[in-house]
Formats: sequence, C-alpha cells, structure tokens
Amino acid sequence: MRVNFTVNGRPQEADDVWEGESLLYVLRERLGLPGSKNACEQGECGSCTVRLDGVPVCSCLVAAGQAEGREVVTVEGLAEYARERAGGTPAQDSGLAPIQQAFLDAGAVQCGFCTPGLLVAADEMLERNPTPSDADIREALSGNLCRCTGYEKIMDAVRLAAARQSEGV
Amino acid sequence: MDFLRPASWEEALAAKAEHPTAVPIAGGTDVMVEINFDHRRPEYLMDLNRVGELAEWEVGEETVRLGASVPYTRIMDHLRAELPGLALAAHTVASPQIRNRGGVGGNLGTASPAGDAHPALLAAGAEVEVVSVRGTRMIPVDAFYTGVKRNALAPDELIRAVHIRKADGPQQFAKVGTRNAMVIAVCAFGLALHPETRTVRTGIGSAAPTPVRATAAEEFLNAALEEGGFWDSGKVVTPSVAKRFAQLCSAACNPIDDVRGTASYRRHAIGVLARRTLTWTWESYRTAERKGGVA
Repeated sequence: MRVNFTVNGRPQEADDVWEGESLLYVLRERLGLPGSKNACEQGECGSCTVRLDGVPVCSCLVAAGQAEGREVVTVEGLAEYARERAGGTPAQDSGLAPIQQAFLDAGAVQCGFCTPGLLVAADEMLERNPTPSDADIREALSGNLCRCTGYEKIMDAVRLAAARQSEGV
Repeated sequence: MDFLRPASWEEALAAKAEHPTAVPIAGGTDVMVEINFDHRRPEYLMDLNRVGELAEWEVGEETVRLGASVPYTRIMDHLRAELPGLALAAHTVASPQIRNRGGVGGNLGTASPAGDAHPALLAAGAEVEVVSVRGTRMIPVDAFYTGVKRNALAPDELIRAVHIRKADGPQQFAKVGTRNAMVIAVCAFGLALHPETRTVRTGIGSAAPTPVRATAAEEFLNAALEEGGFWDSGKVVTPSVAKRFAQLCSAACNPIDDVRGTASYRRHAIGVLARRTLTWTWESYRTAERKGGVA
C-alpha cells in the first residue's frame, strides 16, 4: 500500500509498504531516515521515539498505515523543529537543537545508539515543562534505555538544556 | 494482509462484521509487538485511530464512559478525581511513550492477566460496552475475562467504551515489579472503598489465569467493618481484621511460576499489597470523615 504523511515538515510518500510494517521501518528503510534506531521492536527501549502529531511515541509500535495524513518529527528534524518553536531564531552555529548541544557539552553521548530517542523525548519534556525537577526528568526518560552511560551524564545534559532555556541562551 | 481504515464507528462495525478475523489496532502497543516478532499475521489489520469518538470520554452522574482508546496519559491527566484507582494504575503502565498510545480498550481486548487496568476496573466496578452490527451488549467486567488472554467478545464485536463507576471513596492500586517503569506486573492489586454502599471491592492482577476479585475477602471485610461500626466511627481497622483480609486475598490467587516470579511469592505479595492498600484507603477515609465531622 501507499502511505502519505509529513516528516520533518516535508510531505512524503512511501510505496509498496507492507500492511504490517511499522512506521519505524518506513522511516529507516523507505525514506532514508536512519536516525530513529531499531533495537527492541517491542516498545521497551525508546530508541525509536518520534513525535506523532506532536506526541512522543515508539515508532516501532505504530503501524505505517496509522501515520497516513499525520505529522512525524524525527531526530533528523529536531533542530529545525526547535528553531521554529523558538520563533524562528537562527539555529546555533552548530546547526543543532539546544538539547543536542547540551548532550554534547555534558558528555551524554557514548555509543550513541539510544541518543536519538532520548533527544526526542527530552526535547518534548522541556517543551511541556521548562523547569523540570530531577524526578520529572527521570519519569520523562523512563521509557528510554541507555546501556553505556549510567544515565548520570544524560541527567546533566537535560538539566543543562533546561537551565540554558530558562536563561534564554 | 489487508489494512482496513474505517473513517467512522459505523464503518468499523460493518468491516468487523464482514471480516470477523480482522484484528483491531489502536495504540498498537500489543498488536505491533506480535507482528514485529512474527507471532501473528492477521489477515486484516483494522486501524481504529480514525474513529475519533473512541478517544473521547464522558463524565456522567454515576459513571465515566471511557472511550476504548483514550490513552493512559489522558486518564492520568484528566480523570484522577473520578477514577483515582485507574489513574494510579495508568501511571504504572510501561513508559510515557506507551501511555501516549495505549488505552483500556486494548488492555481488555488483549485480556492478559497482567494488564494493569484490570484490578482498578474490578475494584471500581465497570461494564464493558461491546458493539456489533447486531447491537450493543453491556458486559460486567467481572464476566469479561474468560481465560488467559481470552475475553467475552464475539468475533464480530468491538469494544466501544468502558463504563466505570465514579469513585465514592478512596481507591488504591499497587503493583510489584523490578523497577517503576517498563514493568509487566509480577502481581498487582486494586482496592476501592465504596462508603455509599458500605462495601469494598478488590481486583487482583497477574496472580490467576484471569484478573479476579477476591470475593470472599470482600465479604469478610464488609461484614467486619459493618459489625464493628467502623464506617461510622472511622476508627483504625483492627490489625487482626486487616490480617484476615490479606490472607483471604492471598487465598483468592491461583498463580503460576514463571520468569517474573513464583506462585508462592505472588500469593504472599498479594497479601502484603492487600493489607497496605487497605491501610492507605482506610486512612484517607478516616481523615476525610474527621474533617467532615468538624465541618
């Protein structure tokens, strides 16, 4: 079947989609967007997290056909998404979203496999809750597994992004 | 595989009548796992995301009519006052990503004994609104679970909503697992006090082939609270009463050994959860009574 939907602000069309295929598979294998990672395929690890009409979801658990006509944001579109949210102010010199820069600055990226999902989830939380407590951060990221970092650097990164956001940096 | 995409509830019912083997998918948090792992290859997959009313709820006089695919996140955010037990249970479901998609209709459709919503529905009191082109049936939730991952749905029926009694007293939910997130219950327990009828109701998850109520424990506690005048006096529940209640809740279990826990552990843990949730709910009731007494 054919699926039409919007990805990172651009209309996309995927052809020959198998009816049981996941949104994650379509993003990675048909649209050339491998940022969302394929790990557990059962919603346990969060590495495939994307925004579906603004809501963070595991793209491995969304049937491709369910995305018809809807808007998806992946980690590839996160910088642009953050820029528009901030009223179109120019992206940082690096071209990264603030949450991405914070992950780099805090050393929250090790092997990097869980990073895209964590970025999408953390960015959405900061949009909803600009001044999160540590408990809020832990809860928002509770569906994202990281096998490398022990999460401490990830917590640092999200705190850093929240602090920079509130300072308007 | 065919992908059916009904644009309305009527179209969904017609499609289910025409293709009784069609597997409904809403949040996808159970169905997609089975498809991803090739455990299931349905002939027809029927997307219900386009049927807007399934994601809506109505708060009535006595019940909340909760659309089958209202996500758990919405229940936590909007229905905590009316459905406190279910809101607590919803918060223990998996992770934010899963709670943004999954809903009670899926829990009922899958009918896993480990579904987190079941103990809360059993304790609050609920009826499942089941619909086909032939008409509507209201099935008491106690009668909805018929076996391990089996329910009372006929092949042409779909779950439209759950009608859950609005709380008239404190409710609690407790679940045993290895961490707070992403846990399939080792066992779970729901308890609701119903001061209007001076009754208590329970729900046990993951400790029998289906979610069950501990009816003997409820009857014992109802009688003990009545005879001791506890509802009027608001005094602390006697430890021996709480202990006997916990024993009877354990006795209502019919668990198995599996990777998540042993049968004897589950039986023991349900007793502990029963005693704790009784203490928590009764303390809230007493506190509210005392405040009411002063005013």
